[in-house]
Amino acid sequence: MSEGTLYDKVWDRHKVTTLPTGQDQLFVGLHLIHEVTSPQAFGMLRERDLEVAYPELTHATVDHIVPTADQSRPYEEDAAEEMMAELEANVREAGIEFSDPNSGDQGIVHVIGPEQGLTQPGKTIVCGDSHTSTHGAFGALAFGIGTSQIRDVLATGTVAMEKQKVRKIQVDGELGEGVEAKDVILEIIRRLGTEGGVGYVYEYAGSAIESLGMEGRMSICNMSIEGGARAGYVNPDETTYEWLEETDYFQENPEKFDELKPYWESIASDGDAEYDDVVHIDADDLEPVVTWGTTPGQGIGITEEIPSPEDLPADKQDTARRAQEHMRVEPGETMAGYPVDVAFLGSCTNARLPDLRRAARVVEGREVADDVRAMVVPGSQRVQRAAEEEGLKDVFEAAGFEWRNAGCSMCLGMNEDQLEGDEACASSSNRNFVGRQGSKDGRTVLMNPRMVAAAALEGEVTDVRELPETEVTA
Amino acid sequence: MSHETDGGDEVEIPAVDYVSGSGVPIRGNDIDTDQIIPARFMKVVTFDGLGEFAFFDQRFDENDDPKDHPMNEDRFQDSSVMVVNSNFGCGSSREHAPQALMRWGIDALIGESFAEIFAGNCLALGIPTVTADAETIEELQAWVDENPDGEIEIDVEAETVTFGERTVDVTVDDAQRKALVEGVWDTTALMKSNANAVRETAAELPYVEDAAIPEAE
Repeated sequence: MSEGTLYDKVWDRHKVTTLPTGQDQLFVGLHLIHEVTSPQAFGMLRERDLEVAYPELTHATVDHIVPTADQSRPYEEDAAEEMMAELEANVREAGIEFSDPNSGDQGIVHVIGPEQGLTQPGKTIVCGDSHTSTHGAFGALAFGIGTSQIRDVLATGTVAMEKQKVRKIQVDGELGEGVEAKDVILEIIRRLGTEGGVGYVYEYAGSAIESLGMEGRMSICNMSIEGGARAGYVNPDETTYEWLEETDYFQENPEKFDELKPYWESIASDGDAEYDDVVHIDADDLEPVVTWGTTPGQGIGITEEIPSPEDLPADKQDTARRAQEHMRVEPGETMAGYPVDVAFLGSCTNARLPDLRRAARVVEGREVADDVRAMVVPGSQRVQRAAEEEGLKDVFEAAGFEWRNAGCSMCLGMNEDQLEGDEACASSSNRNFVGRQGSKDGRTVLMNPRMVAAAALEGEVTDVRELPETEVTA
Repeated sequence: MSHETDGGDEVEIPAVDYVSGSGVPIRGNDIDTDQIIPARFMKVVTFDGLGEFAFFDQRFDENDDPKDHPMNEDRFQDSSVMVVNSNFGCGSSREHAPQALMRWGIDALIGESFAEIFAGNCLALGIPTVTADAETIEELQAWVDENPDGEIEIDVEAETVTFGERTVDVTVDDAQRKALVEGVWDTTALMKSNANAVRETAAELPYVEDAAIPEAE
């Protein structure tokens, strides 16, 4: 059993009691809700005549179904309008704060929490969304829950959980030119497998993690769940505190920053903490990673050859064969040169300001390839405004990208942004499952934002490190 | 078990110590929740009617004509035990996935392994997710193919599965087993009864402001 880790400490501080099942009842410090997974939970509360217990620790936004083109109400799609109206009624009735599109603060739930300072070290954070692990970048214990658990949290301010093991993933060394946080997490999932993290929480540590900004740490924690780990975190440090100090909450309550800092420092893993497992990864060895298949674990370095199913472990062969058939790739090829029809720069993994900045530097002064549909969907209205102010929108539009409003968009195809037919998409999102981007024959290649930019320009998967340099002004 | 909650209606929670029914084999590792219920069917504010969309893109082509899939076969229409392989239910946290399976008719799943959030969502609906080794699963899937009407009996408490003449040992996660067998898998009322202790825990946390903690009822 782990001891002295952030996970152990935060767990202990939030544990209310042990339930008859052996699960612990954990207090929830922040409950984020959105329009897709919460309406049924509010319905269950009404059926049971229960009220929201901790509305002030609950915060709502709309992201999954929100249109990213025309956002005027009522939404063009009836189902989207109905879901939005339901959320509005629920939050109004319960007195829950709502970052709606009129507030200027709307965005993907895992982008807005950190922006507003709601996400803090040492909090327990839950949301009916598996990418809630994102918030672990701040040293929070954050995980996705289902709708019945949302009902539990709404009604009681708590959730029933079993304590898990802790695996430390130590990434030492330095990331090379053109290699990003996204490549680190794709590599981790590739090595440990899509179910390697089941039963574990991941602690990301080491010099390569510490040198990342908060956005990079969020990209990594975000995809913990793709490796089977329900939560992942990074211990809070000066980088974390610098981010927090700039957020609304601590700008409005500066005394809180000094008041809470000792707590944040106290919950970081001890130097002599014990882990259930430790994995080492050398950052120097990494190159940009892209997926060749239909799970996030089916990745390879951009210069590597696609594996032959027979060379994979027995239990992975069948999945690999079906994936290669779906993706229409052959063993022995590299992914470089794989033609793409769509380039999607967005999602809770990679749609924050630095992501867009880095991609813009690749795009500047160039043009999107003929026949490629390229779009940028900022992670939040704040990211959108900031990017517009510093000219990134102009850079993208000049190159032929569409510039959209904030939302989940083509990451999961719940609004109008979807792949059509068997289109192939270079995507900065997190899942390449069959059908994920809205078309069951659609093909998704996951990669970092600069690689998406390069694919958009070249019309095929491209090693961004090989694109000739252009004048950088963005 | 039933609970009288303060201010809430009484909810009956049946014990799930035994499940039986015929099986349906769904083969393949890493079957994700986007396959179990594609996101476009989640544009709804209730779970009603999700059953017909379970595995929709695997079951129907672009013209909505049925494809080869066990859930389309007549012989599996009354099945209530789904037999799956490893990492079943990986991906999103959508409870729509187990809700769709439940509404199609599934009462229990037996597999090599399950993704964590999916298994938790099943538990919240009183659906056991029972695990066994790859060899046992393969044998059970083959047996189900040959005996589509054959009864599979899951003894949740004893952690055994009986099919045909055989009884095999399986695993049910400890907390899941207790919750199912003792009928405490719906945790809302149980946890609400600890409201005072919850308030005390909250008050001890430096980041929770006093105003955010509700008064005792």
